[in-house]
Formats: sequence, structure tokens, C-alpha cells
Amino acid sequence: MAQFQIRYIALTLAATLLTACGGGTAQPVTADNGGASGGSQALQINGAGATFPNPIYSKWFAEYNKLHPNIRINYQSIGSGGGIQQVTNQTVFFGATDGPMNDEQLKAAPGPILHFPTVLGAVVPVYNIPGLAGELKFTGPVLADIYLGKIKKWNDPAMAKLNPGAKLPATDITVVHRSDGSGTTYIFVDYLSKVSPEFKSQVGVNTSVKWPAGVGGKGNEGVSGLVTQTPGSIGYVELIYALQNKISFGSVQNAAGEFVKASVDSVTKAAAAEATTMPADFRVSITNAPGPGAYPISSFTWLLLYDDPKDKAAGKAMVDFVTWALTDGQKYCADLGYAPLPSNVVMLEQAALGRIKVS
Amino acid sequence: MNVRRTPPARKILSALFVGACGLGVVVALIPLAFVLFFVISQGVQSLNLDFFLHNPRPVGEVGGGMANAIVGTLILTGLAATLAVPIGILSGVYLSEYRGSRFASTVRFAADTLNGVPSIVIGVFAYAVVVLPLGHFSTLAGGFALGIMMIPIIARTTEELLLLVPNALREGALALGATRGRAVFSVIVPAALPGIITGVVLALARIAGETAPLLFTSFNNAFFSTSLTQPISSITVQVFTYAISPYEDWHRQAWAGALVLVTIVLICSMAARTAAARVGRIRGQ
Amino acid sequence: MRSPDLGFRIGIGVFAAALVIIVIGIGITLANDSWLSLQKFGLNFWRTSNWDPVAGEFGALPFIWGTLYSSVLALLMATPVALGIAVFISELCPPFLRAPLIFLTELLAAIPSIVYGLWGIFVLVPVVRSVETTLPESVRTLPVFSGPPYGVGMLAAALILAVMVVPFTSAVAREVLKTVPMTQREAAYALGATRFEAIRAAIFYARTGIIGAVMLGFGRALGETMAVTMVIGNNPQVALSLFAPQYTMAAVIANEFTEAANALYQSALIEIGLVLFIITLLVNMLSRGLIWSMARQVQVKAAA
Repeated sequence: MAQFQIRYIALTLAATLLTACGGGTAQPVTADNGGASGGSQALQINGAGATFPNPIYSKWFAEYNKLHPNIRINYQSIGSGGGIQQVTNQTVFFGATDGPMNDEQLKAAPGPILHFPTVLGAVVPVYNIPGLAGELKFTGPVLADIYLGKIKKWNDPAMAKLNPGAKLPATDITVVHRSDGSGTTYIFVDYLSKVSPEFKSQVGVNTSVKWPAGVGGKGNEGVSGLVTQTPGSIGYVELIYALQNKISFGSVQNAAGEFVKASVDSVTKAAAAEATTMPADFRVSITNAPGPGAYPISSFTWLLLYDDPKDKAAGKAMVDFVTWALTDGQKYCADLGYAPLPSNVVMLEQAALGRIKVS
Repeated sequence: MNVRRTPPARKILSALFVGACGLGVVVALIPLAFVLFFVISQGVQSLNLDFFLHNPRPVGEVGGGMANAIVGTLILTGLAATLAVPIGILSGVYLSEYRGSRFASTVRFAADTLNGVPSIVIGVFAYAVVVLPLGHFSTLAGGFALGIMMIPIIARTTEELLLLVPNALREGALALGATRGRAVFSVIVPAALPGIITGVVLALARIAGETAPLLFTSFNNAFFSTSLTQPISSITVQVFTYAISPYEDWHRQAWAGALVLVTIVLICSMAARTAAARVGRIRGQ
Repeated sequence: MRSPDLGFRIGIGVFAAALVIIVIGIGITLANDSWLSLQKFGLNFWRTSNWDPVAGEFGALPFIWGTLYSSVLALLMATPVALGIAVFISELCPPFLRAPLIFLTELLAAIPSIVYGLWGIFVLVPVVRSVETTLPESVRTLPVFSGPPYGVGMLAAALILAVMVVPFTSAVAREVLKTVPMTQREAAYALGATRFEAIRAAIFYARTGIIGAVMLGFGRALGETMAVTMVIGNNPQVALSLFAPQYTMAAVIANEFTEAANALYQSALIEIGLVLFIITLLVNMLSRGLIWSMARQVQVKAAA
């Protein structure tokens, strides 16, 4: 009798264990266990970070996996703050951010981390005003005042002056920002701090800031979601999120005084001014770029890689991937609203990739 | 004879009270109906073969499914059960066999405490204890977090059920010369086994729907994976990611995922009810 | 004790001890990992409301405010409903309805929190938003209804919490009412009480247990994470208005844990987790104590 019971219990336990282990014939080698040459065995590399480039990264990783079926790069978009944190803690192999790591953050990492720009993107002011015809124009100072909570209604004189023809409603402006640590925030506040000294002193520049007003959404996805569902709201998201979800976005006045709408072309022009003076570590801000036709809230976005990774196989795989992304991968950019990298930046990066020790 | 009748005021008050209670029932059931209605109507539209067989497509592209998430949830709950079933059942046995002892009171207190710990706190604990030492997010960490949540549920239900077993059985076994252990495992536990299994099934249904402890333990995975040392997708985390996104297609899939979760819960609850009824009928005879 | 029995006791005792070790482990891990923050900020952590991870300033008052505000509000809405259900099922309803109603309330409890959150975002929040916009101006000037009508905010969070708490409180209240001896009600009826008055007598008799049931619901509301974080607006501010987006302890941990980029930030979040752990521990202990004392009271009185 007892034997039967014991066998029964053992059977149940075994059954649960089986479901837990799954069909583990080809056990994927983890990126931290010092895998084999990665030839026939599947190699999974985990990364996390910015939501800003998530659409192009997820396209890239899927396409790259089609070309190299044994390389699976799993990217989770949790925000640039998360990317920096996880790569510093080495809970993921690589990070991604649109707000470059500052010196203090770099010092806190267990080893040197290199920045590699991948694409150029734009942060656009999205808004949801039901029944509004035409597009709104914004200036930097006006956006700063809206986000400082000083401009509270859509039909405020400052907005009316910029948009004389538009029928702006008398409703409150619902300000939407990020609730998580975000490179998109970084780009946005970097720009606002350049054009509004009050914003700079009150809020400052970082991936996570103390917003004077508004509602927080998680990721570019969360902000887009909130804006689409909240009439009278304004938010800031990466261009592709506005395009894919058909959210209205406005034009912004650039340093040359023109009102420019974000596009592959205007973002490329913003990068052109800075591309020739690219620093060796690639950490550069191109917001409020000078020159005609430049979109003022543009930015590079970076991948974060250790220069001496513990897992050499994963390191080699990532170097191969980045090389592909900088060349073949760039052709996917335009469809998704990102601007490809200037060619001299690509050359500099390919040289920098050689610094990563893969053997 | 003058029988004093209840004054109408008190009668009215009583009727109002009864009405209020009935109203309370209706008020509580309205959100239930609402939630079920939306989950079923929205979810059914998006449940197709693709949903069950395909992995997610790149961001912004329409289509794809939650195959990896469904498998992930199954693996995570299986892992959790492996941890929780032995500890839970055996703790329950201890609690019922040595009811009065001080250690049993401590264990009972610990079980009730663990039951009340918010799931996010358990996630933090699993992060500190599994993710950090291992160096990365993993299925193991997620299964560990879920398992910890299951233990007190299983322990308490096992204890209650073992106490329901008639004392005559235990006395009979002991009278026949069985050791304590023999008596428990050969006679008492089998008698309560249907109920214990019900308890395990209910606990599984409950943790299959948990999201918070998985956010920074099993994390998420865009690919199909069954590895224990890699991050893994799960229905709950995927529904969360999709729900807060702006993509209409993802919203559809979120509702479908929610429907799958609610169906799992419904099936387990109904199975538990019928099993309990059967146990009750056997007991009643 | 015979040796096999001792072996049995120790063998099983090891597993039971594992349970205790896990709980102690949670407490120790939380305390240990929040040491940095505890040392640096001390009690001021809970008195200041400036949550500024960038500047390294961590004032957690908004979170404890948001947690307590949402939970108390949820409790106020849920308790009458839950007690109504408990009374209806145990005292008033016709026998054929009893099992289905119990099943339905259990279903309410079994629905995963993420599903409530999903429903909250797409169904509840728009409804709350339209309620907020249609409130008359005179009401909108009151501080408790002030602010732009986001839809997401304290009101939506409290509503969802109330829905989630109702089944817990009602299940325990039902059990508590079951332990009230029939003699109580019979005596009331014998004295000419109406339905309401007899039930009132039973409730009064079971008042400690019922308060325990309410506290249990409170404990549940305090720890709820997902549904709340999806509808509360995630803004760390101490605000009285029901319309204002706010933040709870559980929600901030869920949102910011993966990106706590330095040791102090992570330690601050873990300290919030520690306090959440302690608060729910105390509330649950209190609730169980009340229920247990009521059960004992019934036993004692029955024996007498």
C-alpha cells in the first residue's frame, strides 16, 4: 500500500519535473557560461534598454536570426535607465540607451563600457486634441513652459500666437511624461534645457527627472498609449511610435528659426553638423543642432558593450552583429522612421569595434 | 387576544436591509460580469491558431502570437510546483500531526505570514537570492518566486484536509502496529489525497496569473525558450507589456492572453469544486 | 518516542522548517539590502516627499500616502458590499442560489490581477474620465475633486482595489458569521425581532471577527501591484484629489526596480519593500488575531 503511494507521488513529481525541463536535447548555451564556438549550438544573448530604438532593434534581431539561426539576441525594452543598470550589474550582456552614460555611471561599472551609435532618431511632441484640423507648431521655450506647468491650457496666448489659424480648445493640457528611466526623456530634457534656462535649473538633464506636473507612462509604449487614450494630452515619444500609432505630432522651431517636422531627412541634417566632430567615445548630443532644415530634437542611440566581455563567444557574436547593423542593417531604418548613420561615423565605429577583446 | 404586531417602521427597515444586501450582491457581480464580458468578447476575436503556434513578431508588425509565453507559463508553474508541492504537503502533514506543539505554531504563523506577503516583495527576494548570484535573469528565479508563493497555500489546505480525516483511521492504523510515518503516508494522506490535489491545482491556478514576481526574475524573452537558466516569456508579463503599449494589434493579443488566463482559472476552479463535492459526498456516506 | 517516529518527525520537520527559514530569509534579505538607505536617510525617508533619484534624494512619503489613501478608500467602498454579500449568502438567500453565488464570489477572487489591470486601462479609466469631465463645476472646485480629468488616478485605483478586495472580505465574513451559534438568532426571533434585527444581533456578536475580515481585505489592498500600477498614473506626489495621478509602494518598486542604477537607489526601493512587508505583516497578524479571538470567544461561550 505504502509502495503504491510512494510510487504515485514519485510519478507526480517526475511529471512536473519533466514539464519544467522541457525538451532539452539541444540545450542553448547561455551567454554567461563561456559557450562553445557558437557554430552549431544555439547561442542566446540577452540585452535590455531603451524603448526609443525598440522597433528597429526588434526588426534587426529578427532579421539577423533569419540569417544566423543559431544566434538569438533577446532584447527587452525596459527603458535606457534599465539598460544602463542591467549592463552595469551584468545581469544582461549588452545594454542600450539614448542618454549616454555619464562619467559617474561609467566609473561604477566593473569594466570599461563602450558606446556604439546604431541609428539616429527624433523625439516628437505628440498631442491628442479631438477635432483639431492641421498641425500645431511649438517652440522650445513653449514646450518647456508646458512641461514646467506654466502653460496650463491649450488656448494659452503663447500657443495661440504660434498657431494663429488653429481652433485651440480651452481645455487643460494633460502632460504625459515617462515614469521610468528613459533616454527619450534624456534627449527631450537635454533639448529643453538648452532652450530654457528655467527648465535647466528646475528640472535638469538626466534619464530620470523630477517632473513638475503630469502623468507617467512606462516606456515609449506607455506614453503613446496614454496620449492616444487621453483627450487634451501632450507627450514626447520617438518618431516611429507617433507614425505607427497615427498620433498627431507637431513641428518644432529649430536654432535657425524654421519650424521643422521630424523626418529621416531633417534628422540626418541635424547629425550632419556634429558628425565631423564626433568624439572618440561617441558620446555626443545633437539636440538644437544649427543649420537649415535640421530637426532640433534629434539624437543618436547607443548600444553598450564591455570592451573585455567574460563570454568571448557572445562578444564575437555581438561584434559581428553590430558590424552587420552598421552596414546592411541600416537599410531597414528609413521604413521605420529612423535616419541611417553618417558614413564617417560608421567608419569610426568599425575601427572602435576592434577594441573589443573577443579572444 | 391582542397580538402585538411589529410596527411597520421596523418591518420597512428590515425589508430595506434585505434589499441592501441583495443590492450589494448585484453591485459586486456587476464588475465581474463586466470583466468577463470584455475578456471573452475581445479575447475570442483574437484567439486563432496563430496565437497558439507563433512567437511574437517584431515591434509594430501585425500578427504573431504567444506560443513562447504559453509554454513559458507552463514551465514556470511546473517549476514552482516542484519546489512547493513537497515542502507544502509535508509542512501540512507536520502541522496536522503535531498540532499542539510550539514548533507547529511557529510554522503555522510563518505560513500565514508568507501568504500575506505582497507578490512584488517576493519578486525582490527572488532577485536578491537567485538572480544576483546567478548573474542574470532566469526561469529558475521566476519558478522560485512562484514556488514560494504556493507553499503556504498548499501547506494550509493540506493541514485542513488531513484534520478532516476521521480519527478512527489513524487509530486503526496505529492499532495495527504501524509507525507514525506509515500511518500517515499509507492511510491518512491517501484518504485526503483528492482534496490535497485540489489544493495544489488551486494554488497552481493562482500563481499562473501572477505578474509582479516575474518582472525582474524570469524577465521576458522574445524567442521560444525552454532553458532554465535563460529568461523566459510568460503570459502574464506579455499581457502587461502589450496592455501598456500603443499598438492596436498588441492590445488584441493582450485580451486573448487574458482570456487564456481566465479560462485556466475557471477550469481549475470548477475542477476543484467538483472534486470537493465528491469528497464531501464520500465523507457524508 | 519510538525511533521510527522520531525519524518521521524530524524528516517532515525539516520541510516545515524550510517554510520558516524562507520567511525569516525574506525579512533578513530585505533588511540587509536596504541598510544603505536606512543608514543614510533614517526616519526622514518617510517624512519627505521629494523622490528625486537623479539628485540622490529619496523621500518616500508619496508612496506611503498613495498606498494608504487607495487602500482606505477601497476599504470604504468594499466593506459594505462585502458584508452585504456575506450576510445575503449566509442568512438571506434561498438554498438553491447559495452554491452559485459562492462560486461567483470565488471567481471574483480568482481573476488574475493583470486581467483586472487590462480591463482597468481599457474599460474603467475611460468611464472614470467621462465621469470626471461631467462633474459640475461647483463640485470640481472642491480639493478632493480638483485637477484635470486624466481618468488614471486615485479614483480609478481605489475602484479596482475595491473590486479585488470584496471577495476576500466577504469569504472570511461568511465563515465568521457561520460560527455564530444559531441560538443567538433564535433568541432574537423569539423576542420578536425582524430579519434585520436578528442579523444585526449576529453581526454584533461576531463583530471582532468581522473587523478581522475587513482588516484582511485591507492587507490585500495594501500589497496589490499590477492592477494599481496600470491605472494610478504613476506620479509621486502627495495629493488629496481623487483625480490626481499618484503612486503606491508596490507600484514604484515594480516600475523602477530594473533601472535603479546605483546602490543607493536600489537600497531605497528595497527599503520601501521592507516597510511594505512589515505593514502587511502587522495588518495580517492583527486580522488573524481578531478572527481567532472571536472563534475562541464562541468556543468559550458554547462550553459555558
